[in-house]
Amino acid sequence: MDLLYSIFIDPFVQMWQAPDLLVQTLWEGLVAGMLYSLIALGFVLIFKASGVFNFAQGIMVVFAALTLVGLYDILRHWGVRPGDLAAFLALGITIVVMLALAWGVERVVLRPLVNQPDIILFMATFGLTYILIGGGQLVFGGDSKIMIAEDLYLPKGPINIKAFGGLVTLQKLDIAAAIIASVMVVGLSVFFSKTRIGRALRAVADSHEAALSVGISLEQIWVVVWFASGLVALVTGIMWGARSEVSFALDIIALKALPVLILGGFTSVPGAIVGGLIIGIGEKMTEFYWGPVMGGGTDAWFAYVIALVFLLFRPQGLFGEKIIERV
Amino acid sequence: MLAVDNVSLSFGGVKAITDVSFDIRKGEIRAIIGPNGAGKTSMLNVINGFYTPQQGRITFKGAARSKMRPHEAATGGIARTFQNVALFRGMTALDNIMAGRSLKMHKNFFWQLLRHGPAMAEEVEHRKRVEDIIEFLEIPHIRKVPVGVLPYGLQKRVELGRALAMEPDLLLLDEPMAGMNLEEKEDMSRYILDVNNFYGTTIALIEHDMGVVMDLSDRVIVLDYGRKIADGTPDEVKRDRAVIDAYLGVAH
Amino acid sequence: MLYREAGQFKTSYQSDQAVFPLLQDRIGIGVILLIAYVAIPLTRNDFLINAMMTPFLIFTLAAIGLNILVGYTGLLSLGTGAFMGVGAYACYKLTTFFPGVNILVWIIASGFVSAAVGVVFGLPAVRIKGFYLAIATLAAQFFLEWAFTHIPWLYNYNVSAAIEVPQRELFGLIVTGPRATEITRYYIVLTILVVMTWFASNLVRGRIGRSWMAVRDMDIAAELMGIRLLPTKLLAFAVSSFYCGVAGAMLVFFWYGSAESTVFSINQSFFVLFMIIIGGLGSLLGCYLGAALIYMLPIALKFVPGQLGLPIEPATVEHLTFIIVGALIVFFLVVEPAGLARLWQIGKQKLRVWPFPY
Repeated sequence: MDLLYSIFIDPFVQMWQAPDLLVQTLWEGLVAGMLYSLIALGFVLIFKASGVFNFAQGIMVVFAALTLVGLYDILRHWGVRPGDLAAFLALGITIVVMLALAWGVERVVLRPLVNQPDIILFMATFGLTYILIGGGQLVFGGDSKIMIAEDLYLPKGPINIKAFGGLVTLQKLDIAAAIIASVMVVGLSVFFSKTRIGRALRAVADSHEAALSVGISLEQIWVVVWFASGLVALVTGIMWGARSEVSFALDIIALKALPVLILGGFTSVPGAIVGGLIIGIGEKMTEFYWGPVMGGGTDAWFAYVIALVFLLFRPQGLFGEKIIERV
Repeated sequence: MLAVDNVSLSFGGVKAITDVSFDIRKGEIRAIIGPNGAGKTSMLNVINGFYTPQQGRITFKGAARSKMRPHEAATGGIARTFQNVALFRGMTALDNIMAGRSLKMHKNFFWQLLRHGPAMAEEVEHRKRVEDIIEFLEIPHIRKVPVGVLPYGLQKRVELGRALAMEPDLLLLDEPMAGMNLEEKEDMSRYILDVNNFYGTTIALIEHDMGVVMDLSDRVIVLDYGRKIADGTPDEVKRDRAVIDAYLGVAH
Repeated sequence: MLYREAGQFKTSYQSDQAVFPLLQDRIGIGVILLIAYVAIPLTRNDFLINAMMTPFLIFTLAAIGLNILVGYTGLLSLGTGAFMGVGAYACYKLTTFFPGVNILVWIIASGFVSAAVGVVFGLPAVRIKGFYLAIATLAAQFFLEWAFTHIPWLYNYNVSAAIEVPQRELFGLIVTGPRATEITRYYIVLTILVVMTWFASNLVRGRIGRSWMAVRDMDIAAELMGIRLLPTKLLAFAVSSFYCGVAGAMLVFFWYGSAESTVFSINQSFFVLFMIIIGGLGSLLGCYLGAALIYMLPIALKFVPGQLGLPIEPATVEHLTFIIVGALIVFFLVVEPAGLARLWQIGKQKLRVWPFPY
């Protein structure tokens, strides 16, 4: 009886009684969800353009962040002053590194495997993931690092709003993250639908052969796409690292984007956003209001169970294309 | 043996088949011909249960149904080959044909774990039947070869063998001669005729080569844009005005 | 000249279908079994037996389990770690509840528990394929991992949420717990592996194996043969989880001696997957080869440079392992997707015609 009460009644009572906590939880879920969306966005970019399901996307986020911080440390060590010069220099070099990574992946992994079934490419990205983890840790050290937020002019500190009968605290960094994420999403949507390269990307996603036959260079497109994806990963990494620390927690980062994609559909940019928000908010709410009943830690599996439910009833997600098999 | 009544099939807005009716008599060879996109393969897919028509009924061996699962079609005695050879690429030719015997093999999991004993006896018994088919199709030299490396013509033969292994009452062949040269076509025609004569198997056949169709089939049905435009013996159909306009053309 | 099949004619279908049709192969297997059962224990090298052989054998068993699911049936699963965990925790609960019963009985029973759980989480496979299914198996992995630390009943309300293996005996010999000898544990693990490999080999060469491979290659055509997809896929999940469960139970009971849930994490799932990718999907031999390579690699990295005078730190060893394994995955997928097993076959092929080039 107690159990039933705590599952079905109590959480809603709590929500009603403390609306400021509710709003706080919703906000935090929103911010987390947005970061998931950004990772999913990187996936969608690559999947739309090359049909490759880049499992390494999440790791690219960490790798980018780690590279940035690591380079910053090295530059400071060499005596580069002031701090923000070092930070932006490091940023520039990191962007070049991501470009090199994109080019390298295209040459070594994508090109040789272009004719293999998708599942082989998927497994190849597992290998890529582990190379990046090992490589990143080897070069920059395995312990977690602090993101260089101040030197990049990211705002810090809270905004306390007295509302909803209590106190709601919004971190300025989170607001900045939300704005930056929105800008990126809008920018990418415009890029896909309006520009020449965007059209080329969509052509490639539909059919490699057809795209080739109209003169689109697959290799160039793929480098562009993986680089764009790398930039998205870098921005995400900076945001993420600024909110918590930069470390290689594989399951949290890399894999959480997968349920987001299931929810949103693999080929949809708005889907990645909606999916991320649903997962982010759902996760935080579940953990906050139902977590205590279950002993906590529900965010370890909540996203995946939701994804499972979707897979059973609507595999193409909310916005994806329905898959029709022709014999 | 099989009756198709007023079947219509569409995919979203595309109407693949519109109000088609025909029948297939036991023991005959029925050809389905028509230009590309006429709905021939879709028709076969409806017959063996891959697609469910929005309208109409299929009556097979006396039992009428509008919806059939592929598995039910298999147990009912329908076997099929595919336009783009649907062999199991990871397996040898022998294993592919042995897979066709799956329905007839019954030794359960426990015996399979042990293998030696009843499961092996069953395996050997079915192997004998499969070897008969292999001899009939003249492919003993490739039985241990993985089918992925076989040339196209031999792949089609293995696929025919796999369908025959099911000992079907109704055999659906989707362009069995596609991509073959004259010699291979003659061989394939001979096999089809032999299957029809010796085993009494009813055969429905999609084919583009008019010579083959005229020589092999007892009756022909012609589809165009999803509709039936002719139905009769090869000679009748050859002279039909609508068929000539839509498909055959006139000799110059 | 040595590896010729000339003169070895098969006079029955049965002998044609044997696992090792060539006499040389049969001799080879005999030699390997002899080495495993006699030569290795005779070395009395505890390190070899306990740190290398026993875990290698256990991981091979898990690899066989996963290969049945991924390699033979084409169902990509990332839940291996969790299923191994189910086996381990099930065995723990069973043996603490009924301490008098033979531990081997409980090891096998825990396989069945794992199989049941596998079937439940395999139900989505009926509607989902490919990497969608992989994501569904992640739900199994993370949920079960959470359960291992959040359901106190599973670890007998132990404060540290870890499980300790109690001492058990078999025929008067102590087989589990801190006082069991390495050799005893090695023999038990070896024998279980040999028997289960034999079962797996029988399954994959018969009707069931063919139905699995048919589902993998072209499930639409398989349905047409009368092979029903749901029972076939669920059977694959059941058998695979059985093998992984037994492997997990053996991992804790016959090697680690205790365990926390971190043993059965997503990294474990990936490592077993890498073993079968590198070893060869759809090949039992590949399981052995892949497990050997992936498991021995970090050990080799620890020792070989040290012997050569260039010692490497343990943390670096781990990083290097990740890089090398990742690179091997990409390498094998690009160069030889059928893995080490295929390379082995090619080698045997060359041996057949040796000393001629072709």
